[in-house]
Amino acid sequence: MDILDFARGPALQTAVYVFIAGILWRLLGIVMLQKKPDFSQPRKKTGLGAALGTIYSRSFSAPAFKESSQYPKILGYVLHIGLFLVVFLFVPHIVFFQDVFGLGWPGLPNNAIYFIGVVTVGCGVALLIRRMTHPVLRLISNFDDYFSWFVTMLPVVTGLIMPIRFGVRYETLLAIHILSVSVLLIWLPFGKLAHTFLVFYTRGTTGMLLGRRGART
Amino acid sequence: MKNDRTLGDILTARGISRRGFMKYCAATASLLALPPSMIPRIASALEGAKRPSVIWLSFQECTGCTESLTRSSAPTLENLIFDSISLDYHHTLQAASGEAAEEARHAAMRENQGEYLVLVDGSIPLGNPGYSTIAGISNVDMLEETVEGAAAVVAVGSCAAFGGVPGANPNPTGAVSVRDLVKDKPIVNVPGCPPIPMVITAVLSQFLTFGQLPELDIYGRPVAFFGQTIHDRCYRRPFYEQGRFADTFDDEGARKGWCLFKLGCKGPITYNACATVKWNSGTSFPIEAGHPCLGCSEPGFWDKGGFYRPLSTGDIGNAAGLAGAAAAGVALGATAAAMARRRQKRIAEEG
Repeated sequence: MDILDFARGPALQTAVYVFIAGILWRLLGIVMLQKKPDFSQPRKKTGLGAALGTIYSRSFSAPAFKESSQYPKILGYVLHIGLFLVVFLFVPHIVFFQDVFGLGWPGLPNNAIYFIGVVTVGCGVALLIRRMTHPVLRLISNFDDYFSWFVTMLPVVTGLIMPIRFGVRYETLLAIHILSVSVLLIWLPFGKLAHTFLVFYTRGTTGMLLGRRGART
Repeated sequence: MKNDRTLGDILTARGISRRGFMKYCAATASLLALPPSMIPRIASALEGAKRPSVIWLSFQECTGCTESLTRSSAPTLENLIFDSISLDYHHTLQAASGEAAEEARHAAMRENQGEYLVLVDGSIPLGNPGYSTIAGISNVDMLEETVEGAAAVVAVGSCAAFGGVPGANPNPTGAVSVRDLVKDKPIVNVPGCPPIPMVITAVLSQFLTFGQLPELDIYGRPVAFFGQTIHDRCYRRPFYEQGRFADTFDDEGARKGWCLFKLGCKGPITYNACATVKWNSGTSFPIEAGHPCLGCSEPGFWDKGGFYRPLSTGDIGNAAGLAGAAAAGVALGATAAAMARRRQKRIAEEG
């Protein structure tokens, strides 16, 4: 078994198993927590509406922070949209999803994906520099923040290297790329990257709580 | 057998013009990535070269490699060059049979001790000597005996180079490659199922010209032919970059000659000269004929998970494994929540 066979086989398989088990572990561990009894009279009769309202409103900066958070906000949006496009609109990736789910969709030309990938990495680097230089951010950052950044950027960078190669054999680069995705899948449920599947649940829960207390959602 | 005629004598006798011969030398220099200044040297060396004795051993194989060489087209100059080596032993091509054939092999070995080339096609079974024998001699014994006095060995085809189809899972005969057995001789692997005839003749030409074998890659293949991937040199590559693919063998993309990546093409991980040298006198190659590359010149190509499965797919596990992972996740999550609830309850009771 060569390194590509290992990456496409046992490594990816193990990563997917850990990913699925990890996500269900984290989600159920939170969803099944005991709710604190709240004996107060609800200020507003809100439920799903408040949840959806907060999911939406938290996508934008509060007016008071609008100016100060503009730079990371824009970079963050570009980073997330870029990651989405690179993952879901690169044809070889679509072929992978089609193989797994039986469903395919049109992709973008490779050169467009390469451009988006470079912009995405650029935003990631800019955000990392900000994290390392901003006094408050640096203070509250820990291993999880830096490692999560690393495992997110690694598949994008290894993917971008593939068409350039730098003298390295294609199959080796492909194997490294798949291995980097495997590391991402394994880490994702357990670190701060868990926000990819927890974000809507946590925002919704906060919204429902705020709504009950009569706060703006 | 021992002979004193040079290649130049033989080619002249066969009516090959100087122009045709120089054209072949130029093509060989180009294929081997040598500068144009080397063309006269190649010509001079080839003209003056004695016919080298070649012993061709066929083990667990389908004769496709021999077919590739002999039926490439008739007659090409490289065929004639190939004719012009002293092919002293070859099951399929030689007239002699039985003891006379084996005697021809022994005579060639005796008379060209330390100078002859051994070409091998087919893998060698180690599971049981009886799986494949020639004149009652097992393949492994014949290989060891023949290689002992050889100058170099050329493993022709993927079976000889990497084990090939006989070595594919579950490898019932315990098939191995030449390189697995021969450790003390220079070996060139010319894999492919079958290999490109021009590559074999070019390797022989280099040996005749410079008295040494070409630069090899990590799998023992000549870099000049196996240095780039099919994908790198494929004329359909622009379609890959544009995101234009054939989804089936008869859709619009297939008719328009778009990239075959989605149909399982192994071009990106296959190192060979098919896209440049091509087949049938430079007529075409599999991708040009509308079929994805199978990756036949790569080690273990038979066991790479399906010829028509796209390269970017992977093995995410079976239904039982995925269900097991999900069940484990649910159990862990429920246990974590139950422990948290108990802790919450205890705190509430205490406080």
